[in-house]
Formats: sequence, structure tokens, C-alpha cells
Amino acid sequence: MADLKAQIIEQLNLQEVKPEDIGNDQPLFKEGLGLDSIDALELIVLLQQHYGIRIANPEQGPEIFQSVRTMATYITAQQKQPG
Amino acid sequence: MSNGNAYITASCVIRDQQVFSNGSLLWQDAPGAELTDFLRKGYDRFSGQYPKFHKMDALSKLGWLAAEILLRTAPVEDHLPEQVAIVLSNRSASLDTDLRYYNTVKDIPSPALFVYTLANIVIGEICIRHGFKGEHIFFTTGGFDAQQVKAYTQILLDTGVATACLCGWVEVMEQQYEAVLYLVERQQREGGKPFAAEEMRNIYDLRF
Repeated sequence: MADLKAQIIEQLNLQEVKPEDIGNDQPLFKEGLGLDSIDALELIVLLQQHYGIRIANPEQGPEIFQSVRTMATYITAQQKQPG
Repeated sequence: MSNGNAYITASCVIRDQQVFSNGSLLWQDAPGAELTDFLRKGYDRFSGQYPKFHKMDALSKLGWLAAEILLRTAPVEDHLPEQVAIVLSNRSASLDTDLRYYNTVKDIPSPALFVYTLANIVIGEICIRHGFKGEHIFFTTGGFDAQQVKAYTQILLDTGVATACLCGWVEVMEQQYEAVLYLVERQQREGGKPFAAEEMRNIYDLRF
């Protein structure tokens, strides 16, 4: 999850945030890390660029991007799926 | 036609790695410093604690930083947020960011860049920072046209639409950049100058 945090920081240009500042279960949006709707789009781009994952169902977004842990779980599940 | 006095009560000029506030050199970076580095140092020096700055494009960072410096010594709390207007202009609109965005299109288009592919976004960033809700407009002209900016600002003041206005020039194209902002108010303040195109040009021409 440390790599994923670093990727999030780079993708979203969070220059004043360090990986250790982001809790595994901390909400990414609103009262948590305070990300906005453009950041959500950038997270989708991150999944595509770094992991080759396209989110087929946009309604899954809030669930996938709830926290770093939920993102990591989703990435792992997608990578385990047969090609 | 003007039906009332107005004054330039504060100014900020940023160009050539230098920052002027009200006619005095406030800070300068090393000659030749890259724009991105210069803007980051300016942010660290004059603001900080505003993480959204890092997400802005260069045009918004420059205009935002100029407004930050302009308003350090010029209290605008006397004005209702709905009556603080912004009138900006530049030569290249958002072309610097348009080209950066275009370069991402062949891979995966960047949403973060896309939102800055309009010149007037810099006005939005200044409004969000300071809570301004007044009228605003962004002109694209071949060069700084003091008379045009003055005339439009004067209309806003004369018609009572605004009691204060941030106006001027914010230009970025690759490593070329220039910001000249004026705070114009009805009320005279210490050191204020008459709001006239000639005074605007004098401030615009300021160099160390």
C-alpha cells in the first residue's frame, strides 16, 4: 500500500502530503484526505496507467475509492482475474 | 466617462524572477530560475497552507500568487464579497496549458489539466481563495491595454456593480510570464494613486 500511496501523491500532485500521512483506512474524499471530483477522475487514470485496470461500472467508484485499502483490495482482485 | 473618483490602492508586479509590491522590490529569485520553481518558492514565501495551489496550472498559480501578495497589505474586508470584481487580461489565454493538455490526449487525457484549459479559471481560483463573488471578465489582447482594463473597471465602479476591483494582466507562455495586478477602490488610502491609464502603465513598466 506504500507504493499506492506514493502513486496517489504523485498523480494528484499532493505536494504537501507524505505517504505516511495517509492512513490505510482514511477516507480519501471529503473529511478525510479532502479529494474532489477531478481527483476522482485522476484516480481512475492512475488505475489505468499503472495497473491497466479500467473501471467498467462507474457506480463502483465510491466503493473502490473509499480508502487506500479499498483501492488496493480492488487492484489485487482485478489482477487475480484471468486475463 | 467616469462619474466618480477611484484609486489604485495597491499593486503587485511579478516578472523576471522578481516580485514588486506597491512599487518596491519585495523579493527576487535567482536569475533564470524555472517558472515552476519560482512559483513554488513564491508560494512558500508568501502563503503556504493552501495545498490546492500545487494542482493549479502555471497561469492560475501566477495570478493567485500575485493576488496573494497584492492583498497582503490591502484589506478588502471593507467590501462586500459580491462587490469585489475582477478584470484580467493576457495575450496567450490558456494556450500554455492547452498545449500541455493536448500532449496528454494521445495517451490518457488528463482531467487535472483539462480543467485549466480556460484563461478565466485563474479568476475562479482567486475568488475561491478570498471569497469574492463579484462580476468578472477576462480579456485576451495582443499586449497590456491599460485603457481597456481601466475603462471596463471604471464602468463596474460607476454603475455600482463593484466597490473594489482587482484588475490587470496575467500572462504565461512556457517560461515567459508576467503578472501586474492593481487593487482599485473608490476610497483613497495612504499611498493610493489616481486610477488612470497612465498610472497603470507607470506601474506596469516598473522594473528593477
